Amino acid sequence: MAMKFEKTGEGTYMLDVCGYVCPHPQIYCKKSLEKMEEGEKVEVVFDNPSSKETMIQMCEQAGHDILEQKTEGGKLILVIEKG
Amino acid sequence: MEEKKNTAWAFLITAGLILTSIVYYMTDVYYIYLIVYIWFGYAYGMMLQYGRFCFASASRDLFAAGVPRMAVGIMIALIFFSVIQAILAATNMSTFHAAPFGIHMLISGSVFGVGMVLAGGCASGSLYKVGEGNMTSLLAVVFGLCLGQAIFVDVGGIFNKLVPQSWIDSAHRTQAAIKAYQGIDIPINSWFDHYLVGYVWNQPQYTIAKLISGGQPDTIHYFIGNALINSILPAIVILCVIYYFYSRKTFMKKKKKALKKQGLPEITGFKDELSGIWGMITASKRTSIMGVLVGITAGLHILTMAGMQKKFGVLNFGDLLKRMGHTADVSLKGTVFDPGYWYITSQEGQVGAWILEKFGWNMHDNMFFGYVNGLPELWRNPALWMSLGIILGAMVMARLQNEFKFKLPSPELIMWGFSGGLLMGFGSRPSLGCNIGGFFIRASGGDPNGWVYGTGMVLGAFIGVKFFNWWTERKMAKEMAAM
Repeated sequence: MAMKFEKTGEGTYMLDVCGYVCPHPQIYCKKSLEKMEEGEKVEVVFDNPSSKETMIQMCEQAGHDILEQKTEGGKLILVIEKG
Repeated sequence: MEEKKNTAWAFLITAGLILTSIVYYMTDVYYIYLIVYIWFGYAYGMMLQYGRFCFASASRDLFAAGVPRMAVGIMIALIFFSVIQAILAATNMSTFHAAPFGIHMLISGSVFGVGMVLAGGCASGSLYKVGEGNMTSLLAVVFGLCLGQAIFVDVGGIFNKLVPQSWIDSAHRTQAAIKAYQGIDIPINSWFDHYLVGYVWNQPQYTIAKLISGGQPDTIHYFIGNALINSILPAIVILCVIYYFYSRKTFMKKKKKALKKQGLPEITGFKDELSGIWGMITASKRTSIMGVLVGITAGLHILTMAGMQKKFGVLNFGDLLKRMGHTADVSLKGTVFDPGYWYITSQEGQVGAWILEKFGWNMHDNMFFGYVNGLPELWRNPALWMSLGIILGAMVMARLQNEFKFKLPSPELIMWGFSGGLLMGFGSRPSLGCNIGGFFIRASGGDPNGWVYGTGMVLGAFIGVKFFNWWTERKMAKEMAAM
């Protein structure tokens, strides 16, 4: 259940923070975005519902676009494009 | 299928609480006092979960992610709650009382602040997260808020050597006076007993209404002093500061972009600043709406408890326990912990003490449980039912939103849950309250102590965030190196 940040393709990444509770998912999400270039995308997979609103507002504040939001089997997924 | 199962669970939990309430009521009408705590707890739990209402998140997300959502929600709740508290105080229907003022509030708040960041939730936040199935929060509650607090107030021995002589002397003078006037031999044994009796009890208690009225507050003093000066104005100032540092830049950038698109000059004015503040408040509707509802509910809670006390002619549930014959439940002065409003940590400390007594640890030989709060059986502990209500209310809401997930903590999270919980337990006792009893209730009730504790919480959260930033940066660096 360790945190995973992987490159999944050209300009695409996956951050898996399942099992983590606040504030870890939002901090790892912020740090991942800091490591990426503008226009690159990251799929953030987490299962801590309280982190969702914070991540969404964090992206709005920082000018990143949320391309997709979905729930799959108790896991929350946000696809974010760095702005 | 999963949705149906979750809905069934929500109904089952609620039905269980209804049944519990009926059993209590049929056992004795006085238990309606306890039933009120259950259902206000249930309401708090639902609102906290729905609004993701966590005081740890307020400063932590601001410092860690630049997100003002929760800080804004809390300020909104504070504004509404302060107005209701003023109405209740003016109509003599308030159960609120100010706490001893002093530097201990700042120190205590700082320790609590670090703890809530490590644990991943404040005292009330941890309870609602337990309701979501988060077992890291359960660790924080059980080991920190329950057992940690109980041990914290009971230890003596070498810890008594750390207590200043002036506190010891003062505590023994008070002990002699209480024995002479009330015939009660108060237990002064632990370091906390000396601290409480020899230091805290000597500190002044203020509300702004009392200060501006010369000690005889009237309706106008409650509204101007307690609500406006102590709560509303500071909350508005904090909202403006948050807007300036965290939201304004993004809002103005978008505004100017829109003006440019329309071919208009990129000039913004005061009206735009107000729009920006409003935009910040409404950015997370569910948190802001819950802020309003939490504020109103906390006010109604006080009104209901004051009404019950008037109805039964008591000031504390201990009086009702004695009427029902449960004299072993109450403290030496005949009381149990019965705040009369939203409160979190003392009742968890009672659970810890209750458990430790079952293992032969005498928890009646200290001031906290022995003289002030008593140690009722768990099923007759009114405030504990409020905490259980929060957990179950949050569980119902999480189930209804398909967000309940039973999550066992990893070794890393066990470490954070345990250490954060302990720090929260330690940080809530010297101040006689946590993020709710120490900050929220007091700041909105006209007691400047609330802001001293709140400042400590923010300082502690800042330190906690700095630490987590360093910790997560290390782990991210490892991931990047492996890419």
